[in-house]
Amino acid sequence: MRWCEYPGYLTGSEVFQNYGCRMFSGLWITFELVAISVTLGFALAIGLAIARLYGPRWAQSVINGYTTFFRGTPLLCQLFLVYYGLGQFRLFWQDVGLWWFFREPFYCAVFTFTINTAAYQAEILRGAIQSIPRGQFEGALALGLHRWASLRHVIIPQAMILGLRPLGNELIVMIKASAVASLVTLFDLMGATRLAFARSFDLSIYLYAALIYLVLVEIIRRVWDRLELRLTRHMALR
Amino acid sequence: MIEKLALLGFGDGGWGLALLQGAGITISIALATLPFGLALGLVVALGKRSENVVLRWLATGYTTVFRGVPELLTLYIIYFGIQILLQRLWEWLGLPGSFSMPPFVAGMVALGVVLSAFSSEVWVGALNSIQKGQREAAAALGLSKAQAFRLVVMPQLVRVALPGLGNNWMVLLKETSLVSVITLPDIMFITTRANVATKEPFLFFGAAMLIYLFFSLVSAWGLGRLEARTNRGYAAFGGATR
Repeated sequence: MRWCEYPGYLTGSEVFQNYGCRMFSGLWITFELVAISVTLGFALAIGLAIARLYGPRWAQSVINGYTTFFRGTPLLCQLFLVYYGLGQFRLFWQDVGLWWFFREPFYCAVFTFTINTAAYQAEILRGAIQSIPRGQFEGALALGLHRWASLRHVIIPQAMILGLRPLGNELIVMIKASAVASLVTLFDLMGATRLAFARSFDLSIYLYAALIYLVLVEIIRRVWDRLELRLTRHMALR
Repeated sequence: MIEKLALLGFGDGGWGLALLQGAGITISIALATLPFGLALGLVVALGKRSENVVLRWLATGYTTVFRGVPELLTLYIIYFGIQILLQRLWEWLGLPGSFSMPPFVAGMVALGVVLSAFSSEVWVGALNSIQKGQREAAAALGLSKAQAFRLVVMPQLVRVALPGLGNNWMVLLKETSLVSVITLPDIMFITTRANVATKEPFLFFGAAMLIYLFFSLVSAWGLGRLEARTNRGYAAFGGATR
C-alpha cells in the first residue's frame, strides 16, 4: 500500500482509499498553483501599488482601471476568458511563439490567478502604504535618504507589517478560489475529487476533500499568526 | 467584427435576450441569498457572543468550517447532499416518482451558508462596537430585551456593519458565477452555452465580464450612497471636530 492510500484505509473509507493518491497529487497541484501565482502576484502587486501611489497620472488611472476590472469580476469568468477566449486566437499565439503557454490549462490558471491576486494584493499594499504617517517619509527625506531609499527602507517595511494579515487572508482566499481550476479540466484537489465522485457517486469523498482544505487553511492561519507575532515582537502594542 | 457583435444582439441568432435572462438569474440569486445569509450570520454572531459554552463552540466551529472550505465544494456538498437526503425521505414516505433538487434553492442555501459565515464576523465586530451602556439605558427605560435589540442596538449596528456587509455583498455577487456548475442558467451558464454553439469564447466571456463589472460598479456606487446616508447624523459632528 502506498502512503496516500493510508488515510482512506485508516478512516475505513473505500472511495478515499481508492482515490487517495489522485487526491493527494491533486493537492500538490493546488499547492503549486497557489504558491506560484501568489508569489508572482505579490511581486507584481508591489510594483503596481508603488506606481499607483507615486507614478505618473496616466499610470495611476491605468492601474486603477486594472484593479477595478479584476476585483469587480468573478475569477471563474476571468479563467474562462483566458483559457477559452485567448485560446481562440491560436494562430496568433503560434506566430508569436506563445501557444505552448495558452494551450495548457495549468499555465492559463497560473496566469489568471496571478493577475487576479495581483489586483487584490496591490489594493492591500496601497492601503497599507497609505496608512503609514506622512511624517515617516518626510523624516527619511530630511535625513538625506533618496526617495527610493526611503520607500524601500522606511515605508515598505512598516507597510508590510500592516499588510501582513490581509495578505494572509488573500492567500487563504486564493487556496479556496483555486478550486475553480477544476472547471478547466485541471486535476487539482477539487478536480480529483470531482472525478472520484463522478465514478463512485459516494458523497463522502467531498467531505474528505473539505476536510483536507480545512486542514490546509487552518495550518496557514496558524503559521500566519506565528509569523505576525514574530514580525511585530519589537512593537510596543504586543 | 460587426457580424460578430450581432451575436450579442437581440436579432435572429443573437444571444442578447438569453444574456439578459442570465443576468436576471444572477441578480435574483444574489438578492435572494442576501437576506437569508445576513440573518443567519446575525444569529451565528449572537451565538458566538452567547454565554452558553456549547452555543459559542458551535457558532465558532460553523464559521471555521464554512470560511475554510472552497465555495465550489460547499456548493457541491449541499446540492448533492440535500438531493440524496430528500430522496431518501421521499422514498421513506413512499411517495411516487423521485425528488429532484431545484438548483436555485441549492445555490441559495450554499451561498447563504457561506455568506452567513463571513457576515457573522462583521456582525460580531459591529456588536462589539456597541457599548454596554446602550443596553443598560434601554433596560432602565423599561424596554424588554427584544425591544432593546430592535429599537436601540439594531439601528446603530447597521451603520457600523454596513461597510463590512457591503464587502460581503460584492463577494457574493461574484460567487454567484459558481452556481452555473449546478446547471442554474446564470450569466456564466448562458455564455458557456453560447460559446459551445458559436465558438466565440472571447466575445461571450468578455461580455460576461462586462456584465459582472457593471453590477459591481453599480453596487459600489449604491453602497457608497447608503453609507453616506447612514452616516448623515455623524457627518456634521465629524466636520465640527476637523
